[in-house]
Amino acid sequence: MTSYALFLGCTIPARQPNYELSARKALAKLGIELVDLPNMTCCAPPPVQSIDLETSLAVAAYNICLAEEADLNIVTLCSGCFESLAMTNAMLKEDEQLKAKINKILSKAGKEFQGSKEVKHFLQVLMEDVGLKRLKQSVSRPLSNLKVAAFYGCHALRPSEFLKLDDPERPSLLENLIETLGAESVEYRNKLKCCGGLLRGYSDDLALNLAREKLANTTKAGADCIATLCPFCFVALDIGQMQIKAKFQETYDMPVLHYSELLALALGIDQEELALQTHKIKTDKVLSKIF
Amino acid sequence: MKHRKKGKTASPEFYSVVKSRLGGETITLCYQCGTCAASCPVAKITERFNPREVIRLSLLGERDEVLTGDAIWLCCSCYNCQERCPQKVEIADLMYALRNIAFKEGYIPNIYSEFASAILDNGRIVGVSKFVEKKRPDLGLPPLQPTGVDALRKILSATGFDKLQQKKEGA
Repeated sequence: MTSYALFLGCTIPARQPNYELSARKALAKLGIELVDLPNMTCCAPPPVQSIDLETSLAVAAYNICLAEEADLNIVTLCSGCFESLAMTNAMLKEDEQLKAKINKILSKAGKEFQGSKEVKHFLQVLMEDVGLKRLKQSVSRPLSNLKVAAFYGCHALRPSEFLKLDDPERPSLLENLIETLGAESVEYRNKLKCCGGLLRGYSDDLALNLAREKLANTTKAGADCIATLCPFCFVALDIGQMQIKAKFQETYDMPVLHYSELLALALGIDQEELALQTHKIKTDKVLSKIF
Repeated sequence: MKHRKKGKTASPEFYSVVKSRLGGETITLCYQCGTCAASCPVAKITERFNPREVIRLSLLGERDEVLTGDAIWLCCSCYNCQERCPQKVEIADLMYALRNIAFKEGYIPNIYSEFASAILDNGRIVGVSKFVEKKRPDLGLPPLQPTGVDALRKILSATGFDKLQQKKEGA
């Protein structure tokens, strides 16, 4: 059995049991074991990088050290965690000087970054350890008739120099994974543009305007739902719809589901086990097309 | 484009301060083509942010305008510009470098001050409430593992992160 250290991050355990449940149950069903390691911390995502880049590298490296000590590769569900950890891992592996600098900081916490492990996004585990063929065979409830708008967000793909998940301008990974579940992946304008999530709290106005464009474009394309990979994109597009309604008097009523939730449903996992009530925009429209 | 206020002294050495910071190393490679601005989702919807302009002002030594203005905080960190820059200027990282300098000088937006406090206090940006933690078994989730707050504090002290936050009082 393939095992990974699950890097859960902050936002998922705080607010999105729907993401955690669906990912845990789907991966278990696909034969991937997740290990919860003690003493992990914040991953040091863009908000921390904004305060001090050196600190963010050290904090990310500290968390990788925990996985190295447990002799496990890391899987992340959140794209913010993925960016922070995978970027740090790649940077320190290729820059001895930087590694020495960060290790000097880590020594205060009794750690030393070795560079012996990989950091993978949830999607990479599906592609590399399960594969589209086996994934397709595992689907017991095909999502036929469902039109899904793939939304990558930013930090699963970029900076591609370090993340290497897929082509940053023309990715196809998520679309392929959606179609493997029997659903149709629909194209829409400005698919790769940011959800605005990281501007929330600093400039809500601009953040909502960015999210609003995604909702307008996916609606126009006839999507039944948007598939996300990141808890920040989920917040921006799901809860964001309530705020957009209040601010701009626009109602989209567009369900937003994490890819893992679509996957769990397609694998036949009971919808009652997935905490779908977490969604602000009800998922009933999607469920009625599946069941 | 905003113009320099009359009588304000530029700091011609500012670009070298930026260049010496992690993330700022590539600033002098910029030849102002504007690919970044054309790729920027934020610049499309507001005049308050234009990555090309932030770089130009920094190279011109307009230190105060860059560090005290809100433009550097409006980058949404999407990395579109960085992917497309023909000169390989690491623009998104450069915005971090500028924010890092601003933070160090005490120009700290409230939300970032809150982020810093949250990490120092709980080891996490978004805390998990006791209520949410208690509900985990009912939802079928395993218990949460403890957060490595002690180790994190040692790291934050070694990089001076804990002291950065104290400066906000004088900002």
